[in-house]
Amino acid sequence: MAGATGELTVADIDLPAQIADLTDDDLVGLYRDMMLVRRLDEEATSLQRQGELGLWASLRGQEAAQVGSGRALGPQDMAFPSYREHGVAWCRGVDPAAILAIFRGNSLGGWDPAEHGFALYSIVVGAQTLHATGYAMGMARDGSPGAAIVYFGDGASSEGDVNEAFGWASVFRTPLVFFCQNNQWAISEPASRQSRTEIFHRATGFGFPSLRVDGNDVLACLAVTRWALATARAGRGPVLVEAVTYRMGAHTTADDPTRYRSTSELDSWRRRDPIDRLRAHLVAGGLLDEDRERRLAIEADALAHDLRTRCRSMPDPEPASLFDHVQVTDTGLVSVQRSAFTTAPGDGGAPEDAAARRKRDGPYVPGDLDRESGLVTGETRRVSGEAW
Amino acid sequence: MTSGAVITGGQRANADDGPTAPTPITMAKALNLGLRAAMAADPKVLVMGEDVGILGGVFRVTDGLQQEFGEPRVIDTPLAESAIVGTAIGLAMRGYRPVCEIQFDGFVYPAFDQIVSQLAKLHYRSAGRIRLPVTIRIPFGGGIGAVEHHSESPEAYFCHTAGLKVVACSNPADAHLMIQQAIRSDDPVIFLEPKRRYWEKAVVDPRSLTELPAADTTELHRSVVARAGTDATLVGYGPTVRTCLDAAEVSAADDSRSLEVIDLRSLSPLDLTPVLDSVRRTGRLVVVHEAPSNVSLSAEVAARVTEEAFYSLEAPVLRVTGYDTPYPPARLEDHYLPDVDRILDAVDRSFGF
Repeated sequence: MAGATGELTVADIDLPAQIADLTDDDLVGLYRDMMLVRRLDEEATSLQRQGELGLWASLRGQEAAQVGSGRALGPQDMAFPSYREHGVAWCRGVDPAAILAIFRGNSLGGWDPAEHGFALYSIVVGAQTLHATGYAMGMARDGSPGAAIVYFGDGASSEGDVNEAFGWASVFRTPLVFFCQNNQWAISEPASRQSRTEIFHRATGFGFPSLRVDGNDVLACLAVTRWALATARAGRGPVLVEAVTYRMGAHTTADDPTRYRSTSELDSWRRRDPIDRLRAHLVAGGLLDEDRERRLAIEADALAHDLRTRCRSMPDPEPASLFDHVQVTDTGLVSVQRSAFTTAPGDGGAPEDAAARRKRDGPYVPGDLDRESGLVTGETRRVSGEAW
Repeated sequence: MTSGAVITGGQRANADDGPTAPTPITMAKALNLGLRAAMAADPKVLVMGEDVGILGGVFRVTDGLQQEFGEPRVIDTPLAESAIVGTAIGLAMRGYRPVCEIQFDGFVYPAFDQIVSQLAKLHYRSAGRIRLPVTIRIPFGGGIGAVEHHSESPEAYFCHTAGLKVVACSNPADAHLMIQQAIRSDDPVIFLEPKRRYWEKAVVDPRSLTELPAADTTELHRSVVARAGTDATLVGYGPTVRTCLDAAEVSAADDSRSLEVIDLRSLSPLDLTPVLDSVRRTGRLVVVHEAPSNVSLSAEVAARVTEEAFYSLEAPVLRVTGYDTPYPPARLEDHYLPDVDRILDAVDRSFGF
């Protein structure tokens, strides 16, 4: 697919050359990544079913797209995920427990984006494409040797932000790879509801090159992303990759896909399972025997066990921490409310304490209230949080 | 003002000219000088927006900045407000200090998600790991005879959002320093510029924020008494501070009333200390803004003054605001905008209690 600029064509790129350096161990490593990521995904789904997580967004079926692209990244690169990129997070060294903490309700973020080269999950679909575009502009200004990559889906491709990012990145030639995982479904809406054309075709109109890759082929995803990143790093502007894959699970644990898609469709994609495909390749090449499989299974079990243990023992955050980091410089109501929350009579100012106190003391009679300043200074008795 | 140095058309007065009267400059020029000082002080400061480069902005606030600092630092952007803010977030994550211009108040809404869901919340989401020192400049308010979407007062939306700081300048001297303080802030700041006051002039100390002794500057998030008085308190911000001052002048002349005028300057966080001090002396408060009244800044001020100074009030807190209609066609805006008569009517009503 030739780019509209005419400067860059992808028609004759040598994709095999992109992965010619892969050793047998590298191939098994990709298999291990995908297996472990699927196992942590399964464990998270179980934890949600058992009430340990409020929600989980499964990546099942998208392991090749995520591991293939994730393993193409170097330490100098920066990835901007949506909210299902557990496989990319794995490749970037993010602790899976930090992801579980988000879905458990313990945190909103949980890792250091700078340390991992992996930005925080973005739940508003498409919003992160603009952050990635700006970040990539900054990389170019700084003379960074890296590039940015941003993950989004077929649904997000309809968002205005994604289209603004396409135009902006193209005009400013930012070192950015748009990596669209077309997993065929945006909750209940098929990809055909998002676009009359193939998603990757859109880049042509915006003036940059794009290609479509089998998102269930981890080697193809690795090769394509390596090429796209190299192009971006070389200052030749953005590239759009559409990885065609399938969300084998529900949108999230709150979703019921049987209401909108057929079993036969799911079955057809099961036959294209990305892990089965690489396993067949490895077995055929004599790179994976029963002993290696058994050892990997033990490793996966240990990972799942560790994750389960750490998830279940995760303490709730300190109540007053809800006031932390609203702003760099705390001002105004946040300071006042934090102070009222933490200095309320009783132990700790938790809501149940206030309720217990009312039960014990009866209704509050404001006889001793400092009429001008009592509610502000907290000099007299007050009930936690209620004045505000 | 503590300095004898004055600005004449952007130039320091020549000492050889001998003592001359300080030359006033417009608010637009004061903002321009403030931006220039901020860019000179920190190479990470970028200016980005529609027409901010060679044109110098539709109000000329960024006039000459691209010539002085170069295209890489003064960026003419595509017409994509969400992207202006969204990419500023990415640049800030990379260590830059972007100053975004939204060309008119009514054009900020396409960027609303990026402002309230991303810019405001990423510091919290990241548990403090990400800082977004982004300033979003918005010319706001009416009174210039414009077409639709060019006269709005969107401040309440942003004040309602945790994680944002919101300020409004009302005069050239404040504009000059407040824009520098906003850019220096490590938190995102919505910086509202009263567009109908862009061409009003005043004497401005030309020294930059870094050159001024701290004692000579007011902190960004402080309200100030713009005119001292004893009988009733008027509170305004941005464009209505001038209107309140005019009302106080008329009231003194016609009604022999001494009205105190307070310029809020910071809309989030609110600094109500001067307001409460004033109300405890006057017992009467009228809050004035162009934005509609429903769930507005004046509602917040009224609620908090009632909570904190209830027994000092001789009358209910009264409000003079834009009406709860869409902003009307320009030929009707004189009826819509708070003016001296409406303010003085409210003062009369306050004294009627």
